[in-house]
Amino acid sequence: MAQLNMVQAINQALSLEMARDDRVLLLGEDVGRDGGVFRVTEGLWERFGSERVIDTPLCEAGIMGAAIGMAAYGLRPVPEIQFLGFTYSAFEQLFAHAARLRSRSRGRYSCPMVVRTPYGGGIKAPELHEESTEALFCQVPGLKVVVPSGPYVAKGLLLAALRDPDPVLFLEPTRLYRLLREEVPEGEYLVELGRARVARGGNSVTVVAWGSMLERVLKSVEGYDAEVLDLLTLNPFDSEAIVKSVQKTGRLVIVHEAAKTCGFGAEIAATVAEEAILHLRAPILRVTAPDVPVPLAKLIDHYLPGAEQIRNALDEVLQY
Amino acid sequence: MAETLRELLSEEELLGFFEQMVLCREFEESCAEQYSKGHITGFLHLYTGQEAVAVGCTAGLQEKDYILSAYRDHAQAIVRGADPKKVMAELFGKATGLCKGKGGSMHLFAPELNFMGGYAIVGGQFPIATGLAWGSQLLEEDRVTACLFGDGSMNQGTFHESLNWARLWDLPVLFICENNFYGIGTEVHRASAQAALHRRTCGYDIPSEKVDGMDVIAMYQATKRAAEWVRERQRPYFIEAVTYRFRGHSMSDPAKYRSPSETDVWKTRDPIPNLSRRLLEEGIATKEQLEEITKRCLARVEESVRFAEESPWPEDAAVWEDIYV
Ligand SMILES: Cc1ncc(C[n+]2csc(CCOP(=O)(O)OP(=O)(O)O)c2C)c(N)n1
Ligand SMILES: [Mg+2]
Repeated sequence: MAQLNMVQAINQALSLEMARDDRVLLLGEDVGRDGGVFRVTEGLWERFGSERVIDTPLCEAGIMGAAIGMAAYGLRPVPEIQFLGFTYSAFEQLFAHAARLRSRSRGRYSCPMVVRTPYGGGIKAPELHEESTEALFCQVPGLKVVVPSGPYVAKGLLLAALRDPDPVLFLEPTRLYRLLREEVPEGEYLVELGRARVARGGNSVTVVAWGSMLERVLKSVEGYDAEVLDLLTLNPFDSEAIVKSVQKTGRLVIVHEAAKTCGFGAEIAATVAEEAILHLRAPILRVTAPDVPVPLAKLIDHYLPGAEQIRNALDEVLQY
Repeated sequence: MAETLRELLSEEELLGFFEQMVLCREFEESCAEQYSKGHITGFLHLYTGQEAVAVGCTAGLQEKDYILSAYRDHAQAIVRGADPKKVMAELFGKATGLCKGKGGSMHLFAPELNFMGGYAIVGGQFPIATGLAWGSQLLEEDRVTACLFGDGSMNQGTFHESLNWARLWDLPVLFICENNFYGIGTEVHRASAQAALHRRTCGYDIPSEKVDGMDVIAMYQATKRAAEWVRERQRPYFIEAVTYRFRGHSMSDPAKYRSPSETDVWKTRDPIPNLSRRLLEEGIATKEQLEEITKRCLARVEESVRFAEESPWPEDAAVWEDIYV
């Protein structure tokens, strides 16, 4: 089996699905001839041509909206937005239209598209090129939000997303693009949407993370009897898996690189409070970024949750 | 018949243009070096080749006029008067930076110089410029707002919304497109149905012209004329400055989408040698004088790097500053 990084794994998923289903097409700024800002779509324009790998003008709302129209027509568009911070001008199309087409047409139309975009910390640019505002998108009924944590799941999740009948926002953690390599089967396989994955078994505390924080959490929990859940899909999220784990461990720490207030951790904490409060032996703790814009350079290390903060939280709930 | 430089501008002004362009060029080249050394992180978009636009247009405006720009903004800020030391420190992320080292290359801001920001979101500045112009008109402050942007950004909805507003309410905005023919790897004609960009304003009834953006004098004259027209009539105007970036889109772009021969042709139109040739031909400056100026610029840039290197990092607690009052 080949050792692939996440860029290669995603490229492979796109390539396989485009070969299997000629309704699948890519569109976005410089996704074609140039192969995308992070080179994720490299080689696809050469292979599938400019009718299926479309270099668009610079207009995110237009890209998103055109993809919705294509999807409603029966195509399977995969718009790429160069950074999550650039989706905001396209948010209206995504929020007000893509995610509501099914309910608005009372089930007669659907919007099978996958919006791909890099997100989160990792390139040491501040603000809009580095932020994790995934929770904004989780309050959109009808939109699925998926976050891979490595090459293997990235490929399987993307293939599942491409075959999903509803719109999916596929968030690719920038920091992971080339950080690690994993064995990735050459052919197709699916990783089910809406299911969390036990990344590490344990009995005394449950840690929930996703995306690029997973790698950091796995490193930080060494020496602890911690169970680590990799959420993979944020909306709809696998509350069952979390509740089941908390019932066993009695403790919960949530780690995300988004700001704390109204971050997705709040939703998880509320759900566990509703469904498993009597199993808890310590308060639920969140390890997150502060409620400030993502800063530059050295301050980014202070901004992103680090191993020390994660271990402090573990100690706190374990010694409670 | 072309006028001589002397008829247009004083010796001091002409040498000033030369000095500013050289300063910006050397500053950008030094940024590239600091980026390769890892001292500057994130995205770094250099202005090399386009200097005549920032220098000419800033000179054509009055100090009280506002300037807004996209993220390729070091030159605009420096020419407006930002200290290169502070700009370099900002790029390094140091506490002494123009914006306390928290915004970096793409988000320079110096309201004290009427430089109202570099904007990392392509097209983000259009409506803001329109609103600023609205404010100055309402308060009768006799101020022109110059909004600079790239060719690619003209395909964003905000461009069209803002041009419509500016003409609908007749606001004093001077739109200046820096047409360097590429939005990252996409050439103008692959992204714009009307590739003659200055003609795209006709739908909004805004007069426009195309200017040689590799010629600092032409840029200066056109901006001055346009800014006074805007000021007097309180109406928007549009300049397409035709220019070229000699480097890739950003430091991480190898620019494989264009041929080296294309770049070579544009380099023959490099605004700096072009001005120095004219200065020499017309006897306005000697070779030694120009070398002296170049040396001075180099020294200022070196000093700015030293300043940035020696400056302290911001305190961790700085992330909490300037969020709310
Ligand atoms: C809304 C948004 N979309 C995409 C980008 C990424 N991006 C940065 S610059 C750029 C190209 C802009 O081209 P142009 O307006 O011609 O300016 P130039 O870079 O040539 O100065 C793109 C696509 C961004 N920063 N913001
Ligand atoms: Mg351009």
